[in-house]
Amino acid sequence: MLKDITLGQYFPGDTVVHRLDPRTKILVVVFYIVAIFSAKGWPGYALSVLALAGCVAVSKIRPKSLFKGLKPMILILTLTAALNLFYTQGRPILPGWIITWEGIARAVKMVLRIMLLVTSTFLLTYTTSPMALTDGLELLLGPLKKLHFPVHETTIMMSMALRFIPTLIEETDRIMSAQRARGADFESGGLVKRAKALIPILVPLIVSAVNRAYDLATAMESRCYHGGEGRTRMKQLRFQTADFAALGLGAVFLALVLILRKLGL
Amino acid sequence: MDGIIQFEKVHYKYPEDERESLRGLDLSIREGSFTAVLGRNGSGKSTLAKHMNAILTPTEGRVLVGGVDTADESKLLDVRRQVGMVFQNPDNQIVANVVEDDVAFAPENLGVEPGEIRRRVDAALKQVGMYEHRLHAPHLLSGGQKQRVAIAGVIAMEPRIIVLDEPTAMLDPQGRREVLSTVLRLRREKGMTVVWITHHMDECIHADRLLIMDQGQIAEDGTPAEIFSRVERMKELGLDVPETTGLLYELRQEGLDLPLDALETEACAEAIAQLLR
Amino acid sequence: MAEIRTEALSHVYSAGTPFERTAIEAVSLAIPQGQFVGVIGHTGSGKSTFIQHLNALLLPSGGRVLSGGEDINRDKKSRRDIKWKVGLVFQYPEYQLFEETVYADIAFGPKNMELSPEEVDQRVREAAGFVGVESLFERSPLELSGGQKRRIAIAGVIAMRPEVLVLDEPTAGLDPEGCGQIMENIKNYREQTGATVVIVSHDMDGAAALTERLLVFNEGRLAMDGTPEEIFSRPEELLAMGLAVPRPTAIALALKERGLELDGPVYTRPQLKAAILRAWRAREGRAGTC
Repeated sequence: MLKDITLGQYFPGDTVVHRLDPRTKILVVVFYIVAIFSAKGWPGYALSVLALAGCVAVSKIRPKSLFKGLKPMILILTLTAALNLFYTQGRPILPGWIITWEGIARAVKMVLRIMLLVTSTFLLTYTTSPMALTDGLELLLGPLKKLHFPVHETTIMMSMALRFIPTLIEETDRIMSAQRARGADFESGGLVKRAKALIPILVPLIVSAVNRAYDLATAMESRCYHGGEGRTRMKQLRFQTADFAALGLGAVFLALVLILRKLGL
Repeated sequence: MDGIIQFEKVHYKYPEDERESLRGLDLSIREGSFTAVLGRNGSGKSTLAKHMNAILTPTEGRVLVGGVDTADESKLLDVRRQVGMVFQNPDNQIVANVVEDDVAFAPENLGVEPGEIRRRVDAALKQVGMYEHRLHAPHLLSGGQKQRVAIAGVIAMEPRIIVLDEPTAMLDPQGRREVLSTVLRLRREKGMTVVWITHHMDECIHADRLLIMDQGQIAEDGTPAEIFSRVERMKELGLDVPETTGLLYELRQEGLDLPLDALETEACAEAIAQLLR
Repeated sequence: MAEIRTEALSHVYSAGTPFERTAIEAVSLAIPQGQFVGVIGHTGSGKSTFIQHLNALLLPSGGRVLSGGEDINRDKKSRRDIKWKVGLVFQYPEYQLFEETVYADIAFGPKNMELSPEEVDQRVREAAGFVGVESLFERSPLELSGGQKRRIAIAGVIAMRPEVLVLDEPTAGLDPEGCGQIMENIKNYREQTGATVVIVSHDMDGAAALTERLLVFNEGRLAMDGTPEEIFSRPEELLAMGLAVPRPTAIALALKERGLELDGPVYTRPQLKAAILRAWRAREGRAGTC
């Protein structure tokens, strides 16, 4: 069950989407997110869905694995749908009902918006190695260094976190099994009992994470890590024709959605 | 004669401990040698290793690496680029999500030019036999493979010395063989200086020098054959001897005229076969 | 007290996904009460999956696991009760310690069994006695040495007084002294309680010297099942599976290559020594008569 969490997973591949500069992909995703939050009417949403579907098709990422990423969001999606469904004023679908036509439309739009948001970011992390992603972020945020924002530190921390997610998930599974073998029961009881049952998992997990962090710091230091200063990169980022094309398409898409919004669509 | 690594009356005490972990240790490691360090848990062997690339610096005495004092902070990178370290837990020393990016980490830190990093990374991965796995995610590799990636990450730095701190303690027998044979090959092909820290007796028989650590000092220093043949002394130090030596020792006690220095299985069998023929 | 039996047991991970992988297949065997069993096989051979079925931590994809003739996966209650009967110690069990004191950590299992406080106390003391950690009761597990932590974690399982004690690589990463201590503790527990012990090990020498029976896993199947004598008299098969043979056996094989065939089974040092001495005396005897 824990193994189903796919956050931060990278599926290596060799498509145009994979090969794009990470900076391009990050920017396009930012355009996309602005677009879906600007979309108002159905044409805008339809365009957004089509655009994402197109990118997914080109990337050859199986839609199934993207939907799997949505699984942990089910609770949030249901809640969003319910709130919009029950608390939107308008014309009742049947006389005397609390559910309105406007409510249904809003619920569908809000759920769609969250799904598109999550799926588009997943598409980014699925097709971009975390190393490339953080490199891209570091370069994009580069200007912030002037404001003394610790850009390098922030991005390297992110990439470490991503690197250790699978390791920590495996570890959690192992600790859970070990405690279950000692009769720990994570499934029954009320909320308080269940929360208490987490202690035997959380304590060893934190202890081990701290030990790992300590080991890792030592290993990094002995490999001459001394911050971002004077650091070079094996993989140089360089914009290619495809990057300009992708950025252009992204901008056109955003413009279209904004125009549709202006037209009230 | 000065060694490439030189310990001069080194004392070390961890801030939280009462006892010293190293107690006036003198040691000189010759360039190109393969030194194995054996000792029970808590004998100070890991502390010794951490002094070799300035992760720890002596509370008293000094350590010189290629003539540079490890306590000199301005020369820290000079020391560390000369001494590559491989640690026990393979998971906790891999920093990147893709094998080749991990191997590139040290040269990137050193500001090596990108084309040169690429060349070093490819060469290092080929040397440890992990080139085909260069685009894999590290968490999907076996323990032995992860350690080989860690070794590649170190040799991409092009160090003169490689120090391995119990690199096989968490591996299965197959992984253990993989790592040992990788290091033996590196030594053969590149003439690297190797310091191999372990508590597996059998891994020491390939070394040309064996140090036994006990209570923060070097208790024994010699060739593996010399040291293992002193079976009583080894037991006293809480250690064992290789199966071959143990057997030969017991047979000698029964009056058989056998040498104690036949450490490898084949050599041991040969000695017994000669006697019985 | 009863036997554990598996019938055509199989396990498939991530069934129905692209990552689907059969870990064990058609494993049928019976372990009588009190037996000392070794499980060997290289990483990925299915041995770890197999032992997690012995106390219902995993649910079989096919086949059954029986304890005293009853299916242990019958219902939720039986799946929980079997945990008290079959105690499982994972690899590197020191990572499961979480309580503030050693005493409290060992008491975790018995408390989950909902025993009376007196009974819990008695079991904690008894279990600590088996591994020699009574003097550490008030200490925090975090500040102890690796070997001590390992023994406390084992005590945490022994405190449930399992009739079957299953251990996955209990000596991994310890120095020879630490290994010896742990194996001694396990032997004691078995001798004093008559428990069945199932031990997964890479250490062929230890497996050969201590156990009465060996299960060899290869590619998810039970490839060999017999006494150490039977198993190690077929060293070629083990080597073909990429497994090692005990070092005394390896020396005996090297002697055989040199035309010196020893009589009798050879998989421990005393056996090898005795066999060589016999061959030597026979030769001396011959030399004497000439």
